[in-house]
Amino acid sequence: MSNKPKLAVWKFSSCDGCQLSLLDCEDELLTIAGAVDIAYFVEASREVIPGPYTISLVEGSVTTPHEKEMIQHIREISEVVITIGACATSGGIQSLKNFANVDDYINTVYAHPEYIKTLETSTAIADHIKVDFELRGCPISKYQLLEVVNAFLNKRKPNIPTYSVCVECKRRGTPCIMVSEGKACIGPVTQAGCNAICPSINRGCFGCYGPCESPNTDSLATWMLENKIADKAELVRLFRNFNADAPAFKEASKKYDD
Amino acid sequence: MTIEVNADGTKTISVDYLARVEGEGNLHIEIEKDKLKHVQFGIFEPPRFFEAFLQGRKYTEAPDITARICGICPVAYQMGAVHAMERACGVDKIEGPIRELRRFLYCGEWIQSHILHAFLLHAPDFLNYESAIHMAKDHPDVVQGALDMKKIGNDIMDLIGGRAIHPVNVRVGGFYSAPTVKEMRGLRDEIKKGLDSAIAILDLVKTFEYPDFDQDYDFVALRHPDEYPLNEGRVVSSSGLDIEQHEFENYFEEEHVERSSALHCVMKNSRRPYHTGPLARYALNYDKFPAHIQDMAIDVGLGPVVTNPFQSLLVRVLESIYAYDEALRIIDDYQEPDAPFVDIDPQNGPGKGIGITEAPRGICFHQYEIGRDGLIKKAWIMAPTSQNQKMIEDDLWKFIPEHMHLEDERLQWHCEQAIRNYDPCISCSCHFLNLTVKRS
Repeated sequence: MSNKPKLAVWKFSSCDGCQLSLLDCEDELLTIAGAVDIAYFVEASREVIPGPYTISLVEGSVTTPHEKEMIQHIREISEVVITIGACATSGGIQSLKNFANVDDYINTVYAHPEYIKTLETSTAIADHIKVDFELRGCPISKYQLLEVVNAFLNKRKPNIPTYSVCVECKRRGTPCIMVSEGKACIGPVTQAGCNAICPSINRGCFGCYGPCESPNTDSLATWMLENKIADKAELVRLFRNFNADAPAFKEASKKYDD
Repeated sequence: MTIEVNADGTKTISVDYLARVEGEGNLHIEIEKDKLKHVQFGIFEPPRFFEAFLQGRKYTEAPDITARICGICPVAYQMGAVHAMERACGVDKIEGPIRELRRFLYCGEWIQSHILHAFLLHAPDFLNYESAIHMAKDHPDVVQGALDMKKIGNDIMDLIGGRAIHPVNVRVGGFYSAPTVKEMRGLRDEIKKGLDSAIAILDLVKTFEYPDFDQDYDFVALRHPDEYPLNEGRVVSSSGLDIEQHEFENYFEEEHVERSSALHCVMKNSRRPYHTGPLARYALNYDKFPAHIQDMAIDVGLGPVVTNPFQSLLVRVLESIYAYDEALRIIDDYQEPDAPFVDIDPQNGPGKGIGITEAPRGICFHQYEIGRDGLIKKAWIMAPTSQNQKMIEDDLWKFIPEHMHLEDERLQWHCEQAIRNYDPCISCSCHFLNLTVKRS
């Protein structure tokens, strides 16, 4: 066994897209595999090297009783836990069930509800255990993933900005889509990281990276309503997407949901 | 993973968490005195309630929300959603550059998904490695070469979709913005390189040892009069079915079984499972492959119908070659559309629409009912892996007795490999449980 740091990749309720980001590091994957032992990564390997692990990357949210137990175990066997993606950091798209009555869902849609074991909520990993770093995004940026893993391996602070998408638009030279085109956009309250793709293709931001630091959702929502850029229903839809359960977005969507 | 000999002389082989597939599945085999007693391919991925989320959302949101069902094949969901929604709004087909760009984007997804599966997930089985990362120690050029080929698929998705995972540029009616001719041509050299690498690697994959195994499949795929199917076509089968997409629910149905959080699909008339995916598309559309790709198929030892599921790896490489080739054709013919999308109005349509497309793993079915206000009333989606699940078990019921002479660990590995033949996307399959269940 080598002395290299051991990396583990875990899946909870999710679409697999964020752990795929690791395999999408086509130019870096074999270098990563040279620097760490990829000790547990079921999507990629049959081999399981037992813990403890130096770094555990956790994808997905907690939606079943089994997952609730599993995450405690992962914390115990991991030096560092990094959650990756909107599901792991805010409950993901499946957290929309937190806004509804789950019993109603199950009883109306399942032929055999007794076969299905699910919790009433979909929650972020940090609601259950101490998390060392939360990497946002639906999906995450593979470059940010490399930065975070690299930073922890080198015992330094990851350089992940917490400012809004607006900063990225300015940097790209994309004119403000809300001002110039009158399109609804929650970029002003959404964390950067995607490189502001949507406004650059003539589309408003719909919040894949969740709330930025100190988001002023009230001011943005009021401005959009007053300028007839969005009605209340659209505001609710915008805040209630892949990061619906992130506190700032949750509060904002509840405010306009009547 | 455990192998146990029980007190009564039976033997149990269990794989609690299958590796190198997308999502969470398990395998359970019971053998009594060299006789197979029980096989179970289970799916324990938690359901995520997409049907419920979609109800009450706007018709324009379906491509963004359903993309999140799967990070490996988001384009398949986006394409199913936009075609179904357009039909619900009375637009049956969009022609011209928008149609071409959709096809181009799907080529990108086929390339990244097929190459990922063939070389990073499936090939290690044939070369006896636990993973592609282990394989890279002895075959660095093969693994890095595969990563480079896969990246080209992602680059296509980046250009057309804005990003490779959960693209943002797809909308009902077309795209938010269309690439310029120059941007399209900018990918040409790279795609040509991918095409050459994929052709070159046939020399390696044809030397793989494919376990001896054949099944009498009923293949189901799309078929289009003019092209190898991606976004459009009738639904056809090797047993003679030939129907319009909107007739699908009259011929196919699903069963809910306890051991799985995904449904098992069967054909209504025969009650038999069916096979969808690369082997099905290939068998039912071989004549739509250009002659030079048919020649490559012959060269690697394949006839026009392949019934050994282990050889699906070869067919995936051939389909990747087709996808690179088709992407080049689209670049050369491309002209910027006058507008990147056509207007789609829920006031103008029947309020119900179906879209079936060819995901890398097989046919992916979407059906929506929407109101005049554009809000979704009902959604029904059937993922390829839930359609294949019963077929996968059927393969194991036949494969294990024929390979009982193998040592337990070898047998277990081959069984895992037999499941991986289908490139199962378990994350997808069970996320539809709530969407596809029959109400009784």
